[in-house]
Amino acid sequence: MTWLRDLGLGIRFAAAGGREGWARTALTAVGVGLGVALLLVASSVPHLLDERSARGDARYEATDSLEAESAKKSDTSVLRIDAETEYRGHTVGGYVMRAEGEHPLTPPGVAEFPGPGEMVVSPALQDLLASSEGKLLKERLPYRITGTIADAGLLSPGELYFYVGSDTLTQAAGGHRLTGYGIDPEPEQISPVLVVLIIIICVVLLVPVAIFIATAVRFGGERRDRRLAALRLVGTDIRQTRRIAAGEALFGSVVGLLVGGALFLVGRRFVGAVELWNHSAFPADLTPAPWLAVLVVVAVPLSAVLVTLAAMRSVVVEPLGVVRHAGGRKRRLWWRLLVPVAGLAVLGSTGQVGEFDPVNPYPIAGGAVLVLFGLALLLPWLVEAAVKRLRGGPLPWQLAVRRLQLNSGAASRAVSGITVAVAGAVALQMLFAAIGDEFDESTGQDPSRAQFHTYSQVVDGDAAARTIEAFRATEGVQAVIGTVETYALKPGRPKDPDDMQPVTSLTIGDCATLKELADIGSCRDGDVFVAHPRNDKEQADWVDETARKGKEVELNSEYADVPGAKSQLWTLPADARTVLADRDPLGTERWGILATVGALDPRTLPSAQTVAQIRIDESVPDAAEHVRNTAARIDPGMEVSTVISFTRDRQYASVQTGLRLGAAATLALIALSMLVSQLEQLRERKRLLSVLVAFGTRRVTLGWSVLWQTAVPVVVGLLVAIAGGIGLGVVLTWMLDKSVTEWWLFLPLAGVGGGLIVAVTLLSLPLLWRLMRPDGLRTE
Amino acid sequence: MTPDGSLLVAQDLHKTYGSTPALDGASFSVHPGEVVAVMGPSGSGKSTLLHCLAGIVTPDAGTITYAGREISSMSDAQRSALRRSDFGFVFQFGQLVPELTCLENTALPLRLNGVRRKAAERTAREWLERLEVDDIAAQRPGEVSGGQGQRVAVARALVASPKVVFADEPTGALDSLNGERVMELLTESARSANTAVVLVTHEARVAAYSDRDIVVRDGRARDLEYVV
Amino acid sequence: MSIGHTLLGLLESGPRHGYDLKRAFDEKFGHDRPLHYGQVYATMSRLLKNGLVEVDGVESDGGPERKRYAITDAGITDVSAWLEQPEKPEPYLQSTLYTKVVLALLTGRSAADLLDNQRSEHLRLMRTLTDRKRKGDLADQLICDHALFHLEADLRWLEMTAARLDQLAEVVAP
Repeated sequence: MTWLRDLGLGIRFAAAGGREGWARTALTAVGVGLGVALLLVASSVPHLLDERSARGDARYEATDSLEAESAKKSDTSVLRIDAETEYRGHTVGGYVMRAEGEHPLTPPGVAEFPGPGEMVVSPALQDLLASSEGKLLKERLPYRITGTIADAGLLSPGELYFYVGSDTLTQAAGGHRLTGYGIDPEPEQISPVLVVLIIIICVVLLVPVAIFIATAVRFGGERRDRRLAALRLVGTDIRQTRRIAAGEALFGSVVGLLVGGALFLVGRRFVGAVELWNHSAFPADLTPAPWLAVLVVVAVPLSAVLVTLAAMRSVVVEPLGVVRHAGGRKRRLWWRLLVPVAGLAVLGSTGQVGEFDPVNPYPIAGGAVLVLFGLALLLPWLVEAAVKRLRGGPLPWQLAVRRLQLNSGAASRAVSGITVAVAGAVALQMLFAAIGDEFDESTGQDPSRAQFHTYSQVVDGDAAARTIEAFRATEGVQAVIGTVETYALKPGRPKDPDDMQPVTSLTIGDCATLKELADIGSCRDGDVFVAHPRNDKEQADWVDETARKGKEVELNSEYADVPGAKSQLWTLPADARTVLADRDPLGTERWGILATVGALDPRTLPSAQTVAQIRIDESVPDAAEHVRNTAARIDPGMEVSTVISFTRDRQYASVQTGLRLGAAATLALIALSMLVSQLEQLRERKRLLSVLVAFGTRRVTLGWSVLWQTAVPVVVGLLVAIAGGIGLGVVLTWMLDKSVTEWWLFLPLAGVGGGLIVAVTLLSLPLLWRLMRPDGLRTE
Repeated sequence: MTPDGSLLVAQDLHKTYGSTPALDGASFSVHPGEVVAVMGPSGSGKSTLLHCLAGIVTPDAGTITYAGREISSMSDAQRSALRRSDFGFVFQFGQLVPELTCLENTALPLRLNGVRRKAAERTAREWLERLEVDDIAAQRPGEVSGGQGQRVAVARALVASPKVVFADEPTGALDSLNGERVMELLTESARSANTAVVLVTHEARVAAYSDRDIVVRDGRARDLEYVV
Repeated sequence: MSIGHTLLGLLESGPRHGYDLKRAFDEKFGHDRPLHYGQVYATMSRLLKNGLVEVDGVESDGGPERKRYAITDAGITDVSAWLEQPEKPEPYLQSTLYTKVVLALLTGRSAADLLDNQRSEHLRLMRTLTDRKRKGDLADQLICDHALFHLEADLRWLEMTAARLDQLAEVVAP
């Protein structure tokens, strides 16, 4: 039980060590506290995701409501249409709803069903609409706000969401009958790629936190060693001093746990204001998983004690002072090299996997983690090896290099956190870039032609013309094509079931529009044309397979596939002229059957859409928002989609921004610990600095030396991180059978690293300047 | 230069730290090549006098003239430059930069003066030889004895051929034999290079290496030789 | 130690009888060895002869006749000169220095200056010895060191005394 007494003694020293003791304990506690708060946030992520998806499931349409036969009109049934839109890069989700009876179902979080011309909105949307920022959106959603959606009906506090009431929505206009809300949570099958990504992200963000905590525990270590030396003088033995030191560390880390818990509890109140990946969280969502919280509470003090004991292994506290084994233990390379090599071997032996192949994700994640840890292990050796070879140079450089040669351990430890963060972030970004770019290539769309497509189920006679007119009048729109579109099939079934049913597009518009699509010559309402592509005989023949003049075509495209679908035949007039397709104003060729409104009434078509393609002048501010406003005015249920590569770019950019932010935050944390060590070291050298001042040393000289002292390990760390990160990125990209598309993604992170060096130096300068006064010489 | 040929002259210096007067009308002079011991009990202000004379701190009142230039009215940068070029320093302890080798420590003042590394280290090595410690040139201060370290410090104070060396209790941390050897080497080297030494000490046997001594008592220095 | 100068110094504060002088001397300086009256008588007659004191008056109230001595201007000058003259540094001169310090305090002269002068004299000798030591062989060095250590001890005593002058003044000249 004596060791308990020693631990207690250490705790008493930490708790009652006078001002200096408290300062040290406070520093450690704040450092550990920051780390613990982050760990608690991380351990809340599972609960957060569960709650989110539970709320998502609750407002989802019930499964039996989706079945056509069970969805009968009733007192509670509701017709609704998805009216999701986008506003300045944010998704604004919502539905237009029409009650079919006296007691319509309300979605979760909505108290009262909105009447016609009314809407219920999320608090965030309400704020946005009330602000000047939301002025354009207000034009799109001009309805009277009669209530807000409660938390239970929202995924996150920042979600922009609305329900609009309507008395005109019909099934024909795309309204879908809904008879219930809520689906059973389904165990989601996460794709292996995602599992790998999630594990690497956790490692990238949490390992530096762990390293930060380990560093925080060592704050003020040199002073503590001197205090322990004084204890040795009065008769404690070496093992007792270790236990006392462990007790001090224990106390600091327990106070740190409390600080971290407090930070977490206070911080989660404000979590709603934090947005990442366009998402935020409710304070109640941030509840740590119990077993993870217990793990944090146990592991943090335990590792604090272990770190302290490990640190004291290289220190012998003698009664008259502290002896450090300077260069006593040589860092060995082989076992440090073993870890990343083992990681690469694991990755290599797993080989390439397809995106949807059933694959065990854990070897991949394990391999990647081994590589990242390996880099962190390799770093102290590399810093030492690099610094050992440095010679000469200007005086500040020499001072910094020599300092690092004497003891690079503290610097390496801090920097290894940077290495893990940066290497992981670089690898992940490369992977994301490869996945994202591949998608862009596959769409093959050219956003310089049309940035928007709109689809509306409202198909009255002059729908297309009205759509065109409305869009043409919209600010920032350069060109519009508006038509009603559907498909025409050859009636009957093909002889060989494997053969494709001949099909061609059927485009209905007025003469003016059709003139823009094909070289039709004269046109009167009631005319029909068959447009052939230019210079493509094969395609022209395919068109003619369906479009046989004087013969019938099938207008219900479901007829061939869906049992019970009714046939709707229409005879292609025998006098239809065959014409050549032109490039439309947006640059695409259209062929197939072109019919004027007089020849075929769009209202009779079973599944047609009013389609518009719109090109905007991107230099006009908010042109996209004006387009969406016009669309909402024509038909609130009109779907507006931007050309896909455009959206992907933005999504990808947000992932990349998130990663960079996370990595930058981690680097800031590391910078903080480097700053504390730097300040501590400067204070230790107060007298030496005064002596150097007496010698006439310029402030600049010492300032540069402080800069180099931070810069050398950070630069080595960044080089290792970038090389390792690119290597890991290449391997991971290869494993997913993609090719690396962007090699320079590490540049912003390297920039942040440079900023970190400057920041640590600049923040140490005030203390350096203060210590460079001659006061330090007055020791008598 | 003052009429009597003094190199460094201080007149009626006053300096107060907080509410404690450290110097209260101290006067002082030293001739080129002269070794002057500043004696006095602890807390009498002798270190403060040295710091003022060396331009490390500025006195609240009084004048300090070095080679005809008024030190007390110089800017911080000018005083630093003067310390780099004309002054050398030896302190009691904590003065060698622990991460630099003894040779690099010795070369430090030259390097601060802009001398290139090779040349600086060559001169530094010569001085280490003169002080009989060239065998530890490659070692770090933590690996050498106190006496050796102090000799390195003396070599460093003299390496840039200063006009004045300020030594504050240079033997304070040494035993008598080592202390005397250091004093012998310091004064001999200084005399042969015509370097003046201002030697702050409370030990008579150390002060006995001087040509002349003054006493600081309650912040007042009685420089018997200096006539106002 | 000069008894003559000491008695002269004691007379500076006012004329005294021979017996008073002896009592004052014993009280202030004769801690271990009281002064013999005959020595006072002999010293005073020598001082009279040299003109440093004069007989201020003679009393005989029933008993033997008693002379009252007073210091002359020449006597005062002589005391000053003696106090200002540093002692030749040699071992065991504390008693002389102590006497001088006390007399300085009693007569309102600067005891601090006295001590500083003595310190300088000691240091001058130490400098000479140090110089000799530096140039000499081992035997010289050892011999000089012996003297140096003794002189250093004296110097320390001088420093200590200097630091406690105020205290001493309160005791000897309240």
